[in-house]
Amino acid sequence: MALLEISDLHTFYGSIEALRGISLEVEEGEIVALLGSNGAGKTTTLRTISGLERARSGSVKLAGEEITRRRAHDIVSLGLSHVPEGRRIFANLTIEENLGLGAYLYRRHPALIKERRQTVYEIFPRLLERKDQLAGTLSGGEQQMLAIGRAMMVQPKVLALDEPSMGLAPILVRQIFRIIEEIRQRGTAILLVEQNALQALRLADRGYVIETGRIVLHDDAKALAQDPRVRAAYLGGEPEVDTAQGTDTTN
Amino acid sequence: MQYLINGLTIGSFYALVALGYTMIYGIIRLINFAHGDLFMVGAFMGWTVLGVFSATHAPVAVVLMISLLVAMAVVGLLAVGMDRIAYQPLLRASRLSILITALGVSLALENGALILFGAGFDTYPTNLLPTTTFLLGGATVSWVQVGMFTLSLLLMLLLYLFVQHTAVGTAMRALSFDQDAARLMGVNVEGVIMITFLLGGVLAAASGVMMGLYYTQINFLMGFLMGLRAFTAAVLGGIGNIPGAMVGGLLIGVLQSFAAGYISSQWQDVIVFAVLILVLVVKPTGIFGERVVERM
Repeated sequence: MALLEISDLHTFYGSIEALRGISLEVEEGEIVALLGSNGAGKTTTLRTISGLERARSGSVKLAGEEITRRRAHDIVSLGLSHVPEGRRIFANLTIEENLGLGAYLYRRHPALIKERRQTVYEIFPRLLERKDQLAGTLSGGEQQMLAIGRAMMVQPKVLALDEPSMGLAPILVRQIFRIIEEIRQRGTAILLVEQNALQALRLADRGYVIETGRIVLHDDAKALAQDPRVRAAYLGGEPEVDTAQGTDTTN
Repeated sequence: MQYLINGLTIGSFYALVALGYTMIYGIIRLINFAHGDLFMVGAFMGWTVLGVFSATHAPVAVVLMISLLVAMAVVGLLAVGMDRIAYQPLLRASRLSILITALGVSLALENGALILFGAGFDTYPTNLLPTTTFLLGGATVSWVQVGMFTLSLLLMLLLYLFVQHTAVGTAMRALSFDQDAARLMGVNVEGVIMITFLLGGVLAAASGVMMGLYYTQINFLMGFLMGLRAFTAAVLGGIGNIPGAMVGGLLIGVLQSFAAGYISSQWQDVIVFAVLILVLVVKPTGIFGERVVERM
């Protein structure tokens, strides 16, 4: 039994079928990449898993427990955190308050929140330096760190990340990807949605490719990275991000 | 000076109601037209309880306290009921449907009160409060004014502390910014919205009871005008902004008091609403507002 088990998921926006039967699995300790072009259904998949969208049919199981019909805030408490596309940090709150909200479930246990916050600051020392600043004043990279840190406050079993590299300079992308690896080593499995296919596949153990609401390919990450169809569709025109001499230009 | 004192007193009543407008707008972007009517129901609740106890010989302070608390509890629950029945089902519907529903709720409350309490004016007992006064800078200040103003400020302070320093308060601020993101943090958004309605109702009721005690006359339509003035106060302060509503309420109260004093009480509302229009034209975000008031 996989830690996260999604089978034949269908989600509609009005009469438009955004997901046409998605099935995928994430095992304990794994990083799984979900790749695809814009509008393929990557974000919808994550939103359906985390309860922000309601599935028409199909099932999502977390550690064997059916969570398909659960409400978003319950799903968090069951051990799945979702870092949404565009970070969605609370710009009107301080960093410390953002992290506190990440642990909203433990609001009656301030000592635990403090301890978790400490752990997050260990992973992201930058956040500690700025803990009393409004989150809106952070740079793009720092906001992404905050969004991930906030989701880590509950020490989820599965962390779903939606485009964590979006809009970031290459050097920051590398940093974020290193952190994702570190989070995996701390015992959280990761479902990673990325447009940056090459880098995602380098990090991931396995990958799925989604096209117009369907999984069209899935394999080991290495094999996918070599797959001519993947290369043609997602890697072809992309520059080798790793060799770019990027500086932090997103500030 | 006298006008200032009087203005601050009624201004604090406006501020309490304005807070409800601003909090509810802040989290669900709804101008809750029925909010003024909660104030009216609060006034009637206080009046009813006072009527029941006037036969007994309980100490006045206790009776006042009980009527205030009962009114706050009843109206708080009424506000929650309003949210559950009328607004929650429409949260994902268009803005216009929920706005029209708010108008409907307002009419329902007004007409409900009309049936229960009649169309005429009811009068709060006048012998409950001390009539002692003192002089301050040439103005006569009654202890009642001091007491009511203090109570209002205390309630506002409690609200402010709640919103700034508790987990639920933080969640409130967070979901006013981004509901989906708040859900992903494990925040029960519907629950927090309910708490917001509860708080709004409680404050409106306190304002209603104090207004009843202060002006003694209450009527089933009193919520309408109060609603408009408090809404103006909320817009003046910057709708969605809590300190803004407090300051806006006090300003409107003072403005109205000066207008009534120096021009004519006939003109006071003209001036208050002229200010509303002026604010909307010159600085639609209000004094403290960061967001532009969205057109509905």
